[in-house]
Amino acid sequence: MIGKILTPVGPVPQVATVLAGRDRWGALRVRLGLGRMQYTVEPGLYAVGAPQEDSPVLVTANYKLSFDHLRTALAGQDAWVLVLDTNGINVWCAAGKGTFGTAALCAQVAASRVAQLVRHRRLVVPQLGASGIAAHAVKQQSGFAVVYGPVMARHLPEFLACGMQATQAMRRKNFSLSERAVLVPVELAIACKWALPLSALLYGASGLFGPASFWENVRAHGGGWTMAGLWSGVVAGTVLTPLLLPVLPGRAFSLKGGAAGLMAALAFLSVFFPRSGVSGNALTALAWLLLIPAIASFLGMEFTGASPYTSLSGVKKEMRLAVPLQVAAALCGLFLLVWARRLQ
Amino acid sequence: MKETGRLLYLKGVATLRLDQEACIGCGMCLTVCPQEVFAFAPGKKVRIIEQDACMECGACMMNCPVEALWVQSGVGCAQAVFNTMLGRSSEACCSLKDKPGGGSCC
Repeated sequence: MIGKILTPVGPVPQVATVLAGRDRWGALRVRLGLGRMQYTVEPGLYAVGAPQEDSPVLVTANYKLSFDHLRTALAGQDAWVLVLDTNGINVWCAAGKGTFGTAALCAQVAASRVAQLVRHRRLVVPQLGASGIAAHAVKQQSGFAVVYGPVMARHLPEFLACGMQATQAMRRKNFSLSERAVLVPVELAIACKWALPLSALLYGASGLFGPASFWENVRAHGGGWTMAGLWSGVVAGTVLTPLLLPVLPGRAFSLKGGAAGLMAALAFLSVFFPRSGVSGNALTALAWLLLIPAIASFLGMEFTGASPYTSLSGVKKEMRLAVPLQVAAALCGLFLLVWARRLQ
Repeated sequence: MKETGRLLYLKGVATLRLDQEACIGCGMCLTVCPQEVFAFAPGKKVRIIEQDACMECGACMMNCPVEALWVQSGVGCAQAVFNTMLGRSSEACCSLKDKPGGGSCC
């Protein structure tokens, strides 16, 4: 917020189109999965530049990352921004849930009294909000026509300059390498919620059980290898799978994750085999050959939620087959791991 | 890294249906679809050109003024399926039974 502009319906907060250090820090934090659910802006009407009665009205969600994307895309423009209350959820997910919806939009149009500020009767709604909005119903209920804007906010200047016409490329949701890469930290952070406590538990247990001191017990049990194996699976599922998505075999995410896990397992074993002196090597190796792909397959499957092209029918179909296989592979792997330990 | 063409999900699962009789060819579905599933067909109609690209978001169905489109819409998210099976709804993360106003993770 850089000030307020006075309008016939009262003062409207004016926002900057350049991010402050605080905004960048906030964006970095949510990309790392910290406080992502509380990163919100107050719903309502905002001004960008010095909007007049002919300026466009752009609609967005009250997730601050969405709001910041929008305002930075509007540098040098005069526009009204109408923020719906989506509980701090982005446009796409909120539209799927219905919080970014026809009723919420019409209510916010009425509450903001934007009709008294503009001469036209058009609302620019992000295209990815369309799954929650019925354009013809909005027109009926609020008198405003919905114009679907581009998928990406950064295409807005071109869209507005072309008389609110989007090119075919602007209408298409891609999933480029950079778009996938930016999701890696949050996928990793979510996996850490169970992988870190599990690591601590396994490490602690391997140190406490045995006749010698803590660290000697850890070494005797191969605690370091257990950590390396577990984290190979986690990294394969949350880092390799998103990054290599288009080149991994198959269409199902569980299969792609499993393939990334197999690669990670082979890499793990290439280090494990020559260096581990413990007996029961072959059994342990087989155990990790099952465990690492199982972990990676599960985490890869979880990435369906972050991808913009998976359908619910497809996810259900792959889960019916993949989840029993993942569980079976994990159980067999654990059994082999314990058995290998017994033999030593 | 070279990006291969378009990413497609599982074959033959999308529940999208088009009633071409009812279609008035307004093109709203072409506008809202982020996956280019539709194209104009002769006779002021629309046709489905890539059924497998449909991610069942439901945008076309919501915005079709003559109800010519139907899809079992939902979020293609494994965690949401788990949450639904575990009976978790709204408070933590997405669930398939979410009601408007619920909390979320995505």
